[in-house]
Amino acid sequence: MKFIAEIDVMPHKELLDPQGKTVGKNMDHIGIEGVKDVRIGKHIQMVLDCVDEAKAKEEVEKACQKILTNPIMESYTYVLTSQ
Amino acid sequence: MKFGVVVFPGSNCDDDMVHVLGTVMGFDVVKIWHKEKSLDPYGPLDGIVLPGGFSYGDYLRSGAIARFSDIMPEVVRFANNGGLVWGICNGFQILCEAGLLPGVLLPNEDKKFICKNVYLQTVNYNTAITSSIAEGQILKIPIAHADGRYFIPENEVNALWDNEQVLFRYCDENGQLTDESNVNGSLYHIAGVCNKNKNVFGMMPHPERAAEVALGNTDGHLLFEALLGVHS
Repeated sequence: MKFIAEIDVMPHKELLDPQGKTVGKNMDHIGIEGVKDVRIGKHIQMVLDCVDEAKAKEEVEKACQKILTNPIMESYTYVLTSQ
Repeated sequence: MKFGVVVFPGSNCDDDMVHVLGTVMGFDVVKIWHKEKSLDPYGPLDGIVLPGGFSYGDYLRSGAIARFSDIMPEVVRFANNGGLVWGICNGFQILCEAGLLPGVLLPNEDKKFICKNVYLQTVNYNTAITSSIAEGQILKIPIAHADGRYFIPENEVNALWDNEQVLFRYCDENGQLTDESNVNGSLYHIAGVCNKNKNVFGMMPHPERAAEVALGNTDGHLLFEALLGVHS
């Protein structure tokens, strides 16, 4: 079965995110009002071919923990859908 | 003591490191391609260096992909057997990703690539790479990185200090830990650390770029001099 994992990786809240901070600071300047905070992470789309959803979930978890994120600096969430 | 310098796709300080270890210091040194699966010729009295550069284009996170190279399980085994492992810049990032060193290197505080001389105070003078540095001596050594902001979770910080694992801190030319001197925003100005057993070393500054009179700076030479005394 084919699955698509939509994975979001975000820097931990307690860490300074220089990219988000810089973008956030400029919102007012370009006429976008009311922005209190911007944090920037990564979106990763991964296509899998697995026997079932449980196996696909297992592989996505493994990928997130082993390489896609470094737990010292990032956390992840994902949505897994079958095609 | 002989050295191997691991070359990853995107390493670019391997030649400098081989030149300083071999030509300047007189050590036996060879390059090791990252696809190699064995470090058998190297024993606990030898050294493996992970040089600076941009392995795998710094994709995903600096060092995140190189840490899965074929040679890396061997580097881990070599380190666990007591061999000296030294990572500089990207090598430091790879060692952190591989779990051989504590912490992580985050994007610089101002998000810029910083290439300049920085000043360093030495915290632990009793290691294989710092023993030639005089007490209180401030080193001037260049950095060249975008991801050098050292961070370690709060619950691990005390162990780092208690075990004397902090090697270098960014300071000004007088040795003061001013905010401006902490060029990349590292936690506690940390520029280099070692593991608990003091045989794995990582640092963002490039001593191999400051180890010859012809380059106008020999402060980095002190770290290589220290290596001469390791097994003598």
